[in-house]
Amino acid sequence: MYTYGRKRRAEHMEGIDLQQTFIRSLTELGIPSGAAKAIWMPLPMLLMIIGATVGVLVTVWLERKISAAAQQRIGPEYIGPLGVLAPVADGLKLIFKEDTVPAKSDPLLFTLGPVIVVIPVFLSYLIVPFGQNLVITNVSMGVLLWISLSSVVPIGLLMSGYASNNKYSLLGGLRAAAQSISYEIPLALAVLAVAMMSNSLSTVDIVDQQSGYGILGWNIWRQPIGFLIFWIAALAECERIPFDLPEAEEELVAGYQTEYSGMKFALFYLGSYVNLVLSALLVAVLYLGGWESPIPTSLLANLAGVSETSAWLEIVDAAVGITMTLLKAYFLVFIAILLRWTVPRVRIDQLLDLGWKFLLPVSLVNLLLTAALKIAFPVAFGG
Amino acid sequence: MNLAEGVQLVSLGLLSFMMLGAALGVVLLTNVVYSAFLLGGTFISAAGIYLLLNADFVATAQVLIYVGAVNVLIIFAIMLVNKRQDFAPLPKAWIRKSATAVVCLGLFSLLTTMVLVTPWNLSAEVASADSSIIEIGKHFFTDFLLPFELASVLLLMALVGAIILARREFLPEESAVAVQQPILTLPERPRELAGVTPGSPDRTIASKPSDRNK
Repeated sequence: MYTYGRKRRAEHMEGIDLQQTFIRSLTELGIPSGAAKAIWMPLPMLLMIIGATVGVLVTVWLERKISAAAQQRIGPEYIGPLGVLAPVADGLKLIFKEDTVPAKSDPLLFTLGPVIVVIPVFLSYLIVPFGQNLVITNVSMGVLLWISLSSVVPIGLLMSGYASNNKYSLLGGLRAAAQSISYEIPLALAVLAVAMMSNSLSTVDIVDQQSGYGILGWNIWRQPIGFLIFWIAALAECERIPFDLPEAEEELVAGYQTEYSGMKFALFYLGSYVNLVLSALLVAVLYLGGWESPIPTSLLANLAGVSETSAWLEIVDAAVGITMTLLKAYFLVFIAILLRWTVPRVRIDQLLDLGWKFLLPVSLVNLLLTAALKIAFPVAFGG
Repeated sequence: MNLAEGVQLVSLGLLSFMMLGAALGVVLLTNVVYSAFLLGGTFISAAGIYLLLNADFVATAQVLIYVGAVNVLIIFAIMLVNKRQDFAPLPKAWIRKSATAVVCLGLFSLLTTMVLVTPWNLSAEVASADSSIIEIGKHFFTDFLLPFELASVLLLMALVGAIILARREFLPEESAVAVQQPILTLPERPRELAGVTPGSPDRTIASKPSDRNK
């Protein structure tokens, strides 16, 4: 049963494999293959870090523009065309700001806190696939790796809240940790239902399992409850409104970020937006078919009479895959920004009630239902 | 030795160093918050060593459960206990410390000899890296079924216990008698209320001049 995903992967093995091509071309230049591999390895990681950072800049710009539109303003206009350079200006401002450390704080933990918050988020980009071979590593742990990495973040939040030596920071840090722990469980259970359908935790297998039927094959039709649970829990993990209690300005000044300025604050800021984009990407991968386009490209190619193995079709396929993943992810980011201006913030007791008394039982029922449907209809639910 | 082996050796050294250093820090540091954070470092290093042993599921579970749940709860508990007091120096503390050191060293030497003396039944085949989770699942539902189910029963009992403690419906009646509890206050200076003192300018916090251009 579990070899299903693997077989599918072997069938799909065609497609661009940049790594092989790169290593082969380097070995032809006379470089030993070990060294060629060592030269290759940092390249995708660097590309991913740059991509994540650029993604954040785009998201910040979108947030400003869409927030402005929601409030019937214009938003940034003169910094570059349509204000696209506004986030860059923000970043530059934060870089040149004075980096103050409060006098009675714990300087070591104060510095380490934002670092621990940011590193796991960037590390999670390891598993985001943009195509059959366009992923840094196709680890078999895939989604579980992301869940476990994101569970490290509360330690950094607690650390910065404690080290700031400020009541509001400490309360914010404690709230952030409580929120993050409560919403991890429904999140993991929603992922578990998808993993059960795909017979694998690897993100590439999960997308493969949704491929073939275009938009009809996506997991959102088979896992509507799971999709909603995942999205709510992901918003709570990202501390977006309506779940932005840890940094609720009206109650807690800015929560654990109160004492931070300059680059350390920028790390929190960067981390939260990278996390938002990452969550949107993972929703796209888990529920919206990942890199698959709504109408399968192979179908279009067959209609046009192009052979599936031609080189340029593979390039088009890869480009379509990357575009599709990003389009889906940014659609979800758009929804998150709209939600920010639509729904009010929940109270802390409502937040915990929602997490423990509603999402947790519903996600357990969802898991049970998925298991039952998988046994009853193995064709549709990946038996 | 090729690249992969070199990387493995260096990471093993680094991880072991990190683990031992962090573990010693947990025990020897006097600041309990530092100890709690270093405990997280120990757990992370252990996860790295599992990863080197091709046990990727165990490594992720280690990070998820020990770092993400256990360690966060420990730190949480430490931070909720708002008590900062200096320990009074005990007389003849060196006796306790040296006794602890002797016990620890004895345990360490015992375990070391056990590891070295036991003829381990090592399997020659390479650990299945990519499908370790499948192997673990198979074992859970065949030859390790009883321990697995017992562990889940244990967790269920802990869950029920936690809920009973949190709901407090089954506490004895005597808690109702002890109404005269001392009022708990945060350790902070008492300050006069704004606007009560006569002659003070009537303004809110937000209208301070430093906040005006925010």
